[in-house]
Formats: sequence, structure tokens, C-alpha cells
Amino acid sequence: MKKTLFDKVWDAHVVKEIQDGPQILYIDKHLIHEVTSPQAFGQLEQRDIPIFRPEQIIATADHNTPTKDQHLPIKDALSRNQLEQLTKNCEKNNITLYGLGHKYNGIVHVIAPELGITQPGMTMVCGDSHTSTHGAFGTIAFGIGTSQVAQVFASQCLLLQKPKSLRVSVNGQLKSGVLPKDVILYIIAKLGTNAGTGYFCEYAGNVFEEMSMEGRMTVCNMSIEMGARGGMIAPDETTFEYIKGKDFAPTGAEFDKKVAYWKTLPTDEGAVFDKEYHFDAADIEPMITYGTNPGMGIKISENIPEENNASFEKSLAYMNFEKGQSLIDKEINYVFIGSCTNSRIEDFRIAANYIKGKKKANNVTAWFVPGSQLVAQQIVEEGLKNIFEEAGFKLRQPGCSACLAMNDDKIPEGEYCVSTSNRNFEGRQGQGARTILASPLVAAATAIEGKIIDITKQLN
Amino acid sequence: MDKFTKLTSSAIPLSIENVDTDQIIPARFLKATSRDGFGENLFRDWRFHKDGNPNQDFILNDTTYKGSILVAGDNFGCGSSREHAAWAINDYGFKVVISSFFADIFKGNALNNGVLPIQVTPEYLQKLFNEIEKDANTQIEVDLEAQKVTILATSSSSTFEINPYKKTCLINGYDDIDFLISNKSAIEEFEKEKI
Repeated sequence: MKKTLFDKVWDAHVVKEIQDGPQILYIDKHLIHEVTSPQAFGQLEQRDIPIFRPEQIIATADHNTPTKDQHLPIKDALSRNQLEQLTKNCEKNNITLYGLGHKYNGIVHVIAPELGITQPGMTMVCGDSHTSTHGAFGTIAFGIGTSQVAQVFASQCLLLQKPKSLRVSVNGQLKSGVLPKDVILYIIAKLGTNAGTGYFCEYAGNVFEEMSMEGRMTVCNMSIEMGARGGMIAPDETTFEYIKGKDFAPTGAEFDKKVAYWKTLPTDEGAVFDKEYHFDAADIEPMITYGTNPGMGIKISENIPEENNASFEKSLAYMNFEKGQSLIDKEINYVFIGSCTNSRIEDFRIAANYIKGKKKANNVTAWFVPGSQLVAQQIVEEGLKNIFEEAGFKLRQPGCSACLAMNDDKIPEGEYCVSTSNRNFEGRQGQGARTILASPLVAAATAIEGKIIDITKQLN
Repeated sequence: MDKFTKLTSSAIPLSIENVDTDQIIPARFLKATSRDGFGENLFRDWRFHKDGNPNQDFILNDTTYKGSILVAGDNFGCGSSREHAAWAINDYGFKVVISSFFADIFKGNALNNGVLPIQVTPEYLQKLFNEIEKDANTQIEVDLEAQKVTILATSSSSTFEINPYKKTCLINGYDDIDFLISNKSAIEEFEKEKI
């Protein structure tokens, strides 16, 4: 039988099928962070159940961490307590922790790929919906709730129903200035926020084949924003080249053996998907969102659509936008470049390339937050930090930061923020804050201009 | 986990679509290390103004509506995987959420916490909203064994789907951990073969 990439990886991890019920799926790697793990540790401890495979768990601190003065004790008592709990839990259970100050610390979905922990054909989970990021490697990776974190702790397995399959193909030539973020925002705007619910999505077509690993991660990261538990892209030479030489990647003959296996993973010619969508790359333009879910996106040059329903109107009222309005020239006081969607070195290269020789707009407060210590280091080494500083920007320390505003990086009430993150939900970046999702290029341009501009005009 | 078999209650109508888990429980309340007390901050930023005073326009603050069933708009629970959303709903006192569509992760989290997510057709959901609007005290019966929800005043009912394994878990109050641990030898066997 012809199999999809997803089928091949899934089927290789089924421990047992339960009649009329779910399957027991084996999990290769379990990533944890401070917010969604304490109750799982607590649950096991209470029931006196040991952690089954601690060596297959990697922990990091990212959601709560400050992006300034990380060497000082954390001011917020609750955040500090959560991080201390994580440290204690990891020590007690022999779990590797890349905590605050560690050279590998960073956002969970940035560090696992850059360290070579994420590899094709694996199953990976984390108590975080953006775990879909790792699908860029041809990995089955998805977010889980805390009860499931406890299940994986106890058994290295989950009870799951096999999801249906969906393929989104984008073929053709992308226009200049159209980045992976625009591609995924375009797809979500076309399909809506629940088109993928119940499905695992494969992205196919020359657009993804030609994308860098970092771009592929941006795309897979946002799969959950169209409802799909995960997204995947077939591993290829780009994937193998990216993994080669990473700190925890296999080496020598072991690497060659893995590559030989990874090459068998792409979807068989003629395999059937439950649902398929096709898009033309030439139709995609730089995108922005205008509403309070990631599906409410438009091409930057378009006007807000005119829909008549209560949820749509509630959303526009929150954003203080009107139907039919253009967002071009809208004054913006906050810009955030960061998050597990867009905080990798390529994102900062794109921003630096635009910013070089220009000055930050006076009205703008901008937070540039690298995804990890390694990214931060590379920003310095490549001279990007100097470019940012000459333009009036300051680089922060790594963490999830203003993507979900669990630390001090909060956008004030009523303010707009052009953000490279993944969610524009009400209050996501701070109570009453208004988020406009965009690519790092559009975010950088906004930070320079102090308003939204039609970047396509500058590029032409 | 609490057992769930049958429930009859009035319901609270939340006719908003795409309710994400950031609304159900905002991120700033995720700093706790236990599962308790999240109900206090359920729908925090819709329920309360920034100064802490209740927003009287929000349905949970309207004393006309009471009950342990939440009837919500399409695509309920989208966004973040935070199980805190299910804990908050449970802790507030809801045992059932009815919608025309649920996001995957929320649905699983709810089931793992003894909260029953019931998916009905958009037409039946509208019927529920209409009946509650007519009579805020209208009683809705949820029968898990029969997989049926009924508006008692009109006898209008709808069946719903649930995975048979999950149904057994809810009825008996089992959770997945015991089941997985009981399969440990199969898991160890799988590991050996894989390596």
C-alpha cells in the first residue's frame, strides 16, 4: 500500500492497537518547559509512579524567563517558583535541563532543532501547541496537555487515535519579499482556523522544497493555527545538511545509516490523502493580520474584508479597525521580532538586511528577542547586533517573551504591535494589546517607519 | 478523575465563535504549580474589567443564567495546548461543554479531566441557543451511556460521537496512565525491537 510520510512515521511507532479504541504510540523525544510540566510531575509523585525514560526528556526554561538581566534573580515570585520547581523536578528525576544561563538555553522549539535533537522519522511531543515546528524535519511532532505529559512521563507512550491526512501543496515562484511566514499566513487566511482540525498536514510542492530548514520550521510552527495538530515536510538534502554536525546529531557511519533510513520517509507517489489543497505561489504577497485569530489575514496591500457576523465584528471592535479599512500608514508604536515562529538567525538576518543604514522610528519601542543563546551568539558573531544598535535597537536575551507576555515584556493596553509571533488572540501580548502578525521583514520595516508600509512597493 | 454518567442542568450560552484557550485562561495565570483554583480566573479578561470589577455585559456575570453546561460557539478551545483551560472550566463548575466544533487538544484535555465535550450540528447548537434565550432555566439532559443530549422542554434531542475507550474511562472515572502502565511489557518489547 502507498504510504504518506505521516503514515510511515506513525506506523513505525505503534506499540499496540486497542480494539475499538486508540493506539498506543511510542514517543522518541519528550520536550518539557516550566509552565506545563509541574502538575504532571506532581501527579506522578502523588501516585508514586517513577519517570519511565528520563534520558528521552529534554527540559528548558523559556515561557516565564525575563529577557533582561538573566543573571539576576527573577523578580516575579510566581515565575521564580515555577523555574525553581522545574530545576528541582529535573534534578530529582535525572532529566537534562538547559535552564536559564545555560549555553543551550532558549525557546524549546528553537533549541531542539539547532542542537540536532530533532531528527526525521521521530515522534516528539511537548506540552506546547507549537511543537508542530519540529515537523519541518519529517518528524511527527505535536502539542499535548499536561495529563498527557504525565502519561509520557509514566510510559513514554500516548493513547491516540490516528489523525486523518491533509496535504497543502504550494507550487510556483514566490515574489520578492514573500517569506515563509507570509506563505503560512496566506494558507491559514485561505483555509481558516479549523480546516486542519483532526488532521496532520503535509506541506508539499517546490516552494517548501526550496525553503531553508528555518523557513520550513516557521511554516510547520503555525500548523496548529489552522487547527492541525501537526505539520510535516519531507526530509531531503536540505534537512540532512542542516542536521549534520549539530551537537547531538549522529556522526560518521551512524549518520549515514540514519540518512539512508530518512530517505525512505517521503510520501510514496500515488499515496492518497483525506483532503488536499493547492495554491499558486505567485498569488502570495506579504501578509498581515487585522483581527483576533491568525485566520484573519490579508495581503498587506488589501483592505479589511466586509463580513457581517457577530464574532467578526467583535474582533474588529477589539482591534479598533473598520470593515473595508486599509492598514497602510497605520501608526504602530510596538514591534516584536521573536517567538518560536521567527526568532532564528535567518529572521534576524532578514531584519538586519533591511535595517542596515536606517534609523528606528522615534515612536517605536522594539523588542528583538533571539530564540536561543546560540542564536544570540550568532547575531553577535555575524555583526547583526552592531547593525541593530547603530539603528537604535537593543537586543534582548532569549525566551518566549512578548509572544505570550508571561514575563515583563507586555504590550500596553490599546497599543498595536506588529509581531513576528504566531497568535493575535485578544490580550495575547498583554491585557488589551492589539497584535498584528507579520513576517520579520514587515516587522523590521514597521520599526523603521513607525507605521505599516506597503513593503511590496519598496521592493519593486 | 470524577465519574460521568448522566447530567441534567440549565446551561450558560456563550455564542462567540473561535473561543481560544488564551481567553479561557490568560497566560499570566499559568504560573501556578498545582491544578487547583483556576476557575477563579476563567474567562478573566471577558469577565472582569481591568480594574477588577465584573463586566456586567459578560454572560457569566448575568445571574439569569446558571448551570453546569456551557453552550459555546463554533471552534471552541482553539490555540494553546494549556490544560489549564480544561482545569478552569472544570473548577468553575462546568461538567459539559456543547459546541458545533472543538479544537483537538482542548477536546482531549477536557476528556482527561472528566469534562465532556459534546459536538452537535450547527443547527442543533442554534436550537440550544434559541431555547436558552426563550427560557434561561430550560433543562438540558446529557446521557453519556446513550450518547444523547435532550432539551427536555421540547424533547428535541441529538446524538453525539465519543470514542468507546474514552466513554468507558469517563463512566468509570479511569485515566490513561493506569492503562498505559498496564501495557509496560509491550512497550519494553517495542523498545527492544526498535533498537
